[in-house]
Amino acid sequence: MTKIHIPTPLRQYAGKQPAVEVKATTVGEALAGLVARHPDLRRHLYTDDGKLRAFVNVYVNDEDVRYLQKDATAVGDGDTISIVPSIAGGR
Amino acid sequence: MATTTEVKPEPGTLSNEEILRYSRHLIMPEVGMEGQQKLKAARVLCIGAGGLGSPLALYLAAAGVGTLGIVDFDVVDYTNLQRQIIHSTADVGRKKLDSAAEKLAAINPFLNIRKFETRLSSENALEIFREFDIIADGTDNFPTRYLVNDACVLTGKPNVYGSIFRFEGQASVFATEAGPCYRCLYPEPPPPGLVPSCAEGGVLGILPGLVGVIQATEVIKLILGKGEPLIGRLLLIDALGMKFRELKLRKNPECPACGTHRTITKLIDYNEFCGIRGEEKPVDAGVPEIQVEELKRRLDAGDDLFVLDVREPHEYQICNLGGHLIPLGDLPKRIHELDSSREIVAHCRSGVRSAKAVTFLQQAGFKKVHNLAGGILAWADRVDTKMPKY
Repeated sequence: MTKIHIPTPLRQYAGKQPAVEVKATTVGEALAGLVARHPDLRRHLYTDDGKLRAFVNVYVNDEDVRYLQKDATAVGDGDTISIVPSIAGGR
Repeated sequence: MATTTEVKPEPGTLSNEEILRYSRHLIMPEVGMEGQQKLKAARVLCIGAGGLGSPLALYLAAAGVGTLGIVDFDVVDYTNLQRQIIHSTADVGRKKLDSAAEKLAAINPFLNIRKFETRLSSENALEIFREFDIIADGTDNFPTRYLVNDACVLTGKPNVYGSIFRFEGQASVFATEAGPCYRCLYPEPPPPGLVPSCAEGGVLGILPGLVGVIQATEVIKLILGKGEPLIGRLLLIDALGMKFRELKLRKNPECPACGTHRTITKLIDYNEFCGIRGEEKPVDAGVPEIQVEELKRRLDAGDDLFVLDVREPHEYQICNLGGHLIPLGDLPKRIHELDSSREIVAHCRSGVRSAKAVTFLQQAGFKKVHNLAGGILAWADRVDTKMPKY
């Protein structure tokens, strides 16, 4: 199983859970599994034409998938996927 | 336009009083006389004297940073006091700049404080940044985040970054010569309304303390040229789990601000870039609205109105209008609880979430649905002044 970390701003769309475990072989599959389980997350992660939004970064362990094989990046047991959206708060 | 990681200001000499004050630094080999002189010669600009800016400025002042600039145009209010520890209860109503400068001068009379009572903008940012060595970003909105980043890249100043949401924080050091900038990490901001602000989403009071002190630590390290700065690393702070994680950041060669083919050669209109026109505009302007006085009159007259409260249950506990509670996020799956033949007034705290609810209900075929303008806050201001505000 691959663990997906859900960031605070998106937890409300994922049953308020901090992490979700999915069975997948690639990042794309893992996120598709996540969105299938929590459909409300879709519009927060993807644009209308199905592209990952520019303010949402996805990491496998500590590496940005943009610099790996993007959606095709392989994941396996024990890997952790992190969804890291931009936050701006400071006051 | 080259940026340097290690800031090398002209060293200043220390008086006997200063030597005594900084003795715990001076006896450490990592700081010593040379480091303390670097601190004294350093000029650091804090953007914002709020949640992050409070601990940041307090510690930098205490540590002996010679010149501290603060940019802020805001006034202290009661809701700030839960986390903005540079301000006290007696300061409510005062300019944050004056309140902060007073505390900082009291901590360290050797500090040179430079006050910029202005909203940081594309017109003034470069001019202000040029007078400082390091910029510490403690703002609270996306347009200013991008403005600070681009101005740092253009002036070649490191951007010591921190941001917070509820109980989660991020910190990094951007815009050094070798490292990535904020745009390498996030090329584009989220569309307005998709990511809630602290005012909408709340923030754990100690969190800006935690993140602001991390920023202060990074500022000091950059000045001293010691340790491993957070360049090329994004620190994620989860205060609830008390977990710190670190992600690798890379300089994006395609970055429009700091990449090989730069397209951002001057500051742009950041409100437009972030899709915002005007200030604090509700996301769904143009939905049918009802004013609080009108709602009060019609409820008193016994009109058949269904009041829908789209806030969260813990907010309902603070104050409510006796409405039917369905949090905005649950609305799609609980829409069957609503009767589309009845007239519905949706409300939240300030009117932003309920405007989204009204748009959603309209799209679902509801015809008689209004947004309570200004939310329960307007009700507390204009109808029932005994109602608590939050």
